[in-house]
Amino acid sequence: MKEYKFKHIIPQGIKDLFYIWWQELKAVVKDQGVLIFFILVPLGYPLLYTFIYTNETVREVPAAVVDNNRSSLSREYLRLVDAGADLEIVSHCSDMEEAKTLLKNGKIYGIIYIPESFSRDIAKGIQTHVTIYCDMSGMLYYKAMLTANTNASLMMNKQIKIERSGHTTDRQDEVSTAPIAYEDISIFNPQNGFASFLIPAVLILIIQQTLLLGVGLSAGTARENNRFRDLIPMSRHYHGTLRIVLGKSLTYLMIYAVMAAYMLCLVPKMFSLVQIAQAGTLAAFMLPYILACIFFAMTCSIFIHHREACMMIYVFTSVPLLFISGISWPGAAIPPYWKVISWLFPSTFGINGFVRINTMGATLADVLTEYRVLWIQAGVYFLTTCIVYRRQITLSRKHVYERLKEIKKDVNQMPSKIVYKSKTK
Amino acid sequence: MNSTVHNRILRIARREVFRIATRPLYLFCMIIAPLFCYLFFTTLMWNGLPTDMPAGVVDLDNTATTRSIIRNLDAFQQTKIVAHYPSFADARKAMQQGKIYAFYHIPEGTTDKALASRQPKVSFYTNYSYLVAGSLLYKDQRTMSELAGGAIGRATLYAKGATEDQAMAFLQPIVIDSHILNNPWLNYSVYLSNTILPGILMLLIFMTTVYTIGNEMKTNTQKEWMSMADNSITVALTGKLLPQTLVFFVMATFYNAYLYGFLHYPCNSGILPMLFAGLLLVLASQAFGVFLFGLFTTVRLALSTASLWGMISFSISGMSFPVMAMNPALQALANLFPLRHYFLIYVDLALNGYPLIYAWHSVVALMLFMLLPFLILKRLRTVLLHYVYIP
Repeated sequence: MKEYKFKHIIPQGIKDLFYIWWQELKAVVKDQGVLIFFILVPLGYPLLYTFIYTNETVREVPAAVVDNNRSSLSREYLRLVDAGADLEIVSHCSDMEEAKTLLKNGKIYGIIYIPESFSRDIAKGIQTHVTIYCDMSGMLYYKAMLTANTNASLMMNKQIKIERSGHTTDRQDEVSTAPIAYEDISIFNPQNGFASFLIPAVLILIIQQTLLLGVGLSAGTARENNRFRDLIPMSRHYHGTLRIVLGKSLTYLMIYAVMAAYMLCLVPKMFSLVQIAQAGTLAAFMLPYILACIFFAMTCSIFIHHREACMMIYVFTSVPLLFISGISWPGAAIPPYWKVISWLFPSTFGINGFVRINTMGATLADVLTEYRVLWIQAGVYFLTTCIVYRRQITLSRKHVYERLKEIKKDVNQMPSKIVYKSKTK
Repeated sequence: MNSTVHNRILRIARREVFRIATRPLYLFCMIIAPLFCYLFFTTLMWNGLPTDMPAGVVDLDNTATTRSIIRNLDAFQQTKIVAHYPSFADARKAMQQGKIYAFYHIPEGTTDKALASRQPKVSFYTNYSYLVAGSLLYKDQRTMSELAGGAIGRATLYAKGATEDQAMAFLQPIVIDSHILNNPWLNYSVYLSNTILPGILMLLIFMTTVYTIGNEMKTNTQKEWMSMADNSITVALTGKLLPQTLVFFVMATFYNAYLYGFLHYPCNSGILPMLFAGLLLVLASQAFGVFLFGLFTTVRLALSTASLWGMISFSISGMSFPVMAMNPALQALANLFPLRHYFLIYVDLALNGYPLIYAWHSVVALMLFMLLPFLILKRLRTVLLHYVYIP
């Protein structure tokens, strides 16, 4: 008898699993709201975001010059500044007041001030100072101002040194101006670009956030359509926790396998971002990430009692989650208490691992910590999902039995009311 | 229905207060979520400028000179040398494992070559996949490289009998003095929190406004609401949104007080113009929320658009990546986002302390946002009076 039962349960469970999987898939396809989050947002958002940042860095920041020296030397300096890609000198002002007015009107983002004594100081062999004023509404303006002026001054310094030292050979000139030469290399993000830096993190975050939203929305809908505001419908297919959790997550996994492939492989390719991941490593890493996100979303979804609530609760969290992941704000500078909180979210490890695999060509062994934690998260959130779903099943059974009892009582007391009710239905 | 307009508005407002009080979701979106974000972003970036970013060293020369270069590099505020690696490959591996953001590479024979005037070459590798950390470390490493060359040149000049002034004037004839206007500490929190906090508030206002109107349809109480307003959509909306305006304005005042009063971030215009900007932001965002609902008339689409608009705001406002570097189409599009205008007002007023008149474009733009609901008022009235709820 017992053996028969066990043998009976397994195929029945698998059958139910696929039934639930099919039901969930149908629900997803039918529900426009869920479709928006599962399909439209993952398709569209990455394109929009990458499009915003696709120029990677700011070029030709407009700047004004107050040249009180007006000598061939000062003009040479300004030519060097203007020649670089960072700055564009758009105005030569007669005094600082004129330049400040331009700054106030937002026509320029920086002022270069060359003192009256500029060429005289150089001729006399004493240090001279070029002063720059930077508008701080954006760090990139400051960076452009500083880089352009530093480069120009270094280049001119070199020429001045060569003229002064009066060596005979070019090689001697070069050695005396720079006894130790140096070279800077931007590794893994050669353009120092904004898109290559931010987009990988955004892509991974979109996976987690859209799952939270989509799963939350479908849970809210399931509750609203349910007579007792319960998550689990009363049906003979919905008896076991495992088959519900596995059936539903299988649907999400199928959808997100496709969406992740699009987001992580196609989008970076379209905008030619840095992409040096090995396919096998990436796939192996993304599996626990997507699973962790799915179970995390399913666990969180029990808090969602109304359709709209999920958007109101989840959407704004994207910004803190992006910052806490250690990309926008260096991980080394995140206070320990926020770091501990960040460990709750799959996105923290997903982003860090993906950036290293995709942008820096790391192997699975290099991201072992993240990889393991993601599997642990997947496991833990799977368990919590099972626990909360188990509770939901008992809750919905309780509600049905209570209702049944009430109906029985009603039938005994006043049968006419029930008849009336069922007619209006 | 003999009551006057303001009586009706007050009655609807009182009804709305009850609706808000009985739903925890409102409490969450109007108070808890903004407060959490205020605290989150300011404590996350509490130090302003990150210090002691981990960096590595590959010192294949290992002489007194190169060790002194490394010590000096470590002494820089932003750089912390956390490890020495025996080879380039090991350092790159450590970078891929996320242990360091940059490393400094000194090849074998550097000191000998420098002493023999054979111009050795050192190099440094900066990982810009972490842009902020990379930029900070780049600056330190480049300065160090300049100094290293300078130190040798200076020693030669001293040996030839030059004074310190003469030596410096020879090595660095032109010096750049940078004046970083109004944020001399390069405080990242000043640069980001000032826009992110209002941005979060704006996003939540969009959503709460859409939700509060949609919820009337959902609970099928829109007729009751409209009849309280004597079927005047203006009265109905005013009464309904008034309590929220108050709460959100209090939240806006709170972040102003917190940023400029408690944290002493630069507020060169005085607090009043910024409070005015906060009020503009609240009203413009509410109006935009009403507009979205009137445009789509379904909660789902209106909420989705509200979240899309709110999230894109952070990127397109130009607070981190300048609008002038974006595609021209996006530059035009940026004007359709209230946060963009609030950002421009903040820059002109609080950050730079210019008179309000310099920000007039943005003030007018935010006011135009407030006019948006007038485009859909009639439609919204029809919807509320005749349509049924579509989820």
